[in-house]
Amino acid sequence: MAAAGEEKTVSDYIVHHLTNLTYGKLPEGFERHDGDTVAAGGEWTFAHGADEIAAMGFNAVHVDSLGWSIGLGLVFCMLFRWAAVRASADAPSGLLNFIEMIVEFIDNQVKDTFHGKNKLIAPLSLTIFVWVFLMNLMDLIPVDVVPELMLFAGVEYQKIVPSTDPNITMGMAIGVFFLMLFYSIKVKGFGFVRELTMNPFNHWAFIPVNLFMEVVGLLAKPFSLGLRLFGNMYAGEMIFILIAALFGAGVFWLLPAALLQLGWAIFHILVITLQAFIFMVLTIVYLSMAHEDH
Amino acid sequence: MEMIYIAAAIMMGLGGMGAAIGVGILGGKLIEGSARQPELASRLQGTFFLGAGLVDAIPIIGVGIAMYLIFVVAG
Repeated sequence: MAAAGEEKTVSDYIVHHLTNLTYGKLPEGFERHDGDTVAAGGEWTFAHGADEIAAMGFNAVHVDSLGWSIGLGLVFCMLFRWAAVRASADAPSGLLNFIEMIVEFIDNQVKDTFHGKNKLIAPLSLTIFVWVFLMNLMDLIPVDVVPELMLFAGVEYQKIVPSTDPNITMGMAIGVFFLMLFYSIKVKGFGFVRELTMNPFNHWAFIPVNLFMEVVGLLAKPFSLGLRLFGNMYAGEMIFILIAALFGAGVFWLLPAALLQLGWAIFHILVITLQAFIFMVLTIVYLSMAHEDH
Repeated sequence: MEMIYIAAAIMMGLGGMGAAIGVGILGGKLIEGSARQPELASRLQGTFFLGAGLVDAIPIIGVGIAMYLIFVVAG
């Protein structure tokens, strides 16, 4: 658990596990952890610790979240391409059968909820479901394995669950939000403006009130969508880390901590699937609302 | 600093209480609905899990933030 040669407290351990590997631009004149001062014009580098991340501000990317999420996206694409190439009228077996089951499940789900005419919705839902599920699945890997291996390889921070990073979940939610706006305008045209201004009070004097209420309602959708996934995964990860910290509390804690870890992991299998499913269903529902013309 | 523990306790307690009432009502209605129309039971179950997941999110988020407060902010 602790790095060799220095004493680490529980909160150091937790903070270390909750810090992203950040690559960003340090401002001019900033004094780094080893005493160097950043040269004129700033410097693009990996951050060491919270103060350097704070100094980077907006000019920073979370390399680990980006890498893991794109990697998992590639896993999804290759796996489903593998299945699509082999799909035939014969009885499928094993993995192929499993993938056909997922596709069919999503297809039924979309048919049940979405009543408009749009070829994008089913593939979008499939992508969201499997991708979010894979990102959440990283939560089930024991919390110390990858960060410690990476530490061994010289990388200081590594947070392997992309959906515990609000940037990733809010990014996806904003993507869904733009699709909602796009289809609202495309399907309803001017009707979208009328929906925003003439609902729920159908009178010109109430236009500001209506506009305010509808815009708040519209903006709340992507916000709650992204934060729900983030909050669930963050809380789950937090509890995993706390149980892992129990292992350091003494020999007597080994067995209870192992049992707790196992129990929470089994419960978490339900949570990660459910959250991926909810993200997908809400996306379909929101896009379905964007297609409904009154 | 001690106030943080009280804040965390309230956060977990009230969040859990509300969600427990919500899931209780939800489960009761599920049983009621599937007793009336057993052929709809599987579809109702899907919707039930969706609702339970939506309700579940709030206390879990509360527990996560409370744990963060207890062990990182106060600890």
